[in-house]
Amino acid sequence: MTDALAVNNLTIYFEDFAAVDDVSFNVSAGSSFGLVGESGSGKSTVLRAIVGLAPSSGGEILLDGKPLATPRSKAFYRHVQMVFQDPYGSLHPRQTVDRTLAEPLAIHGIGDGERRIARALDEVGLGKGFRFRYPHQLSGGQRQRVAIARALLLEPKVLLLDEPTSALDASVQAEVLNLLEQLRRERQLTYVLVSHDLAVVTHMCERLLVMQKGQAVEELSAQALAARQIGTAYTRDLMAASTGFKRE
Amino acid sequence: MGESHATDARLSKPLLEVEDLRVSFPSRNGPVEAVRGVSFTLGRERLGIVGESGSGKSQTGRAIMGLTPPHARITARRLAFAGTDLMQLSARERRSFRGERIAMILQDPKYSLNPVMTIGQQITETLRAHSNVTRAVARDRALDMLEAVQIRDPARIFGLYPHEVSGGMGQRAMIAMMLIADPELLIADEPTSALDVTVQLQVLAILDRLVSERGMGLIFISHDLRLVSSFCDRVLVMYRGRIVEEVAANRLNDATHPYTRGLINCLPKIGEDRHPLPVLDRRPEWAE
Ligand SMILES: Nc1ncnc2c1ncn2[C@@H]1O[C@H](COP(=O)(O)OP(=O)(O)OP(=O)(O)O)[C@@H](O)[C@H]1O
Ligand SMILES: Nc1ncnc2c1ncn2[C@@H]1O[C@H](COP(=O)(O)OP(=O)(O)OP(=O)(O)O)[C@@H](O)[C@H]1O
Ligand SMILES: [Mg+2]
Ligand SMILES: [Mg+2]
Repeated sequence: MTDALAVNNLTIYFEDFAAVDDVSFNVSAGSSFGLVGESGSGKSTVLRAIVGLAPSSGGEILLDGKPLATPRSKAFYRHVQMVFQDPYGSLHPRQTVDRTLAEPLAIHGIGDGERRIARALDEVGLGKGFRFRYPHQLSGGQRQRVAIARALLLEPKVLLLDEPTSALDASVQAEVLNLLEQLRRERQLTYVLVSHDLAVVTHMCERLLVMQKGQAVEELSAQALAARQIGTAYTRDLMAASTGFKRE
Repeated sequence: MGESHATDARLSKPLLEVEDLRVSFPSRNGPVEAVRGVSFTLGRERLGIVGESGSGKSQTGRAIMGLTPPHARITARRLAFAGTDLMQLSARERRSFRGERIAMILQDPKYSLNPVMTIGQQITETLRAHSNVTRAVARDRALDMLEAVQIRDPARIFGLYPHEVSGGMGQRAMIAMMLIADPELLIADEPTSALDVTVQLQVLAILDRLVSERGMGLIFISHDLRLVSSFCDRVLVMYRGRIVEEVAANRLNDATHPYTRGLINCLPKIGEDRHPLPVLDRRPEWAE
């Protein structure tokens, strides 16, 4: 079976700095793949490259076995949607929630906007009261949920999620993770999830890739990580650090 | 870890007193009450604030900082920093407190950074606004600060614009900018949410030293219950604009309020197979 997404030897330079250095991974259709690792190691850049927002200098990205055209087509964005790490930056400051959600529907000529918008907001736990607010009138977690609602609206097959719950409290995080799992099951979605929270990644993903300094450190299954069957010192450090703060 | 006597003496006098703080926003459907009567005092300690998204954590921090949007209504029986009543200060006096004595690391760091200035310019400018140092000295101090917050290649990051750095680098740039003025009170709003766990602990160790060695007061707003319980001294739990519970951080697991207990129970845990995760059954009486 062909993979829903394949990243082969991807390399991305900013001037002479290699932000992503020869990274490869495959994501089978309907599965969920995690990217974890050091801050600045290139996780967001990999996702941005998939949606055509970062210049790739080498390697290839295949969607359902086919190479992607640059610039990405309109159809691509119905197939693949991304939730950006920085919800404030990705929402237009002078657009209400309603307009933010109506815009992609208009661009893709999708009718039935009213119902879809109401449903998308409901799915992420935001009531009607939020529809006519501007981003600065929302809390951090509320903004993040608007960004998730926007990505779900177009009913994509592949969702790229960059730290989707790091701005959410544990209860809303649980609701959003449950929603994402339910959608994946019902709609056969494929996810790539970036998170620094190893518990979230092992909860959501079957496999994950650990990155450091632009490079892939190791790929392993969530089960192996949970069972501490770890091949590298860096991944072991991450696991040790995830138990909390220790005062000397 | 032995605290010095000097720190003990200073601990007795509160650095910050907040009594019945209220913040509301006018709206077409009547005022939105973001903060509804919050009271607490803070010494030279690490106070955690956790709570539901939208419960008023950031607006509480912003009110202390004097960064409440102008159209909002803010009242308090008392809001005092080191004995000075903040509500009575002029806008100018308030500004001089800000950055220099009270600093806040804002949630959404990339949005809070100036998009048309490099990271380095922003940090050096902050330093030069508060102390009389030459450009060259400011540059060295800024580079040291970036290194202290574990930025791998400070010289490269110094010259980058906010959109050219990763989420966690932007967050650390913001932390560096706030710490460089050496504040007495730091309000850190989700300061480490974009950092990988190893860097997270290194950044927390810096904040920890500032509290235990220099007697800084720290308000640590975070969704990360595991971090808060292992790092802070006390934790306030907020729900719908109010504090519903205060617990010693290391006793967070013994919290009694059903909201707090529910929060802890919602967390995914490595090696546990809980699909779907339990969710909260929110009760109207929690908001009363
Ligand atoms: N437009 C750009 N110009 C220059 N450097 C860039 C640009 N975009 C990204 N980089 C660099 O690429 C590296 C990887 O960044 P990226 O955002 O992918 O990291 P990340 O793994 O997502 O980190 P975090 O966990 O902190 O979000 C960083 O060193 C960053 O400074
Ligand atoms: N300018 C504004 N106008 C109207 N309502 C606002 C405004 N700013 C904030 N609010 C509302 O005030 C409430 C408290 O917001 P605040 O940002 O303090 O939440 P928070 O506890 O920090 O949440 P999060 O964890 O999601 O960041 C939210 O319901 C938010 O929608
Ligand atoms: Mg990132
Ligand atoms: Mg907030």
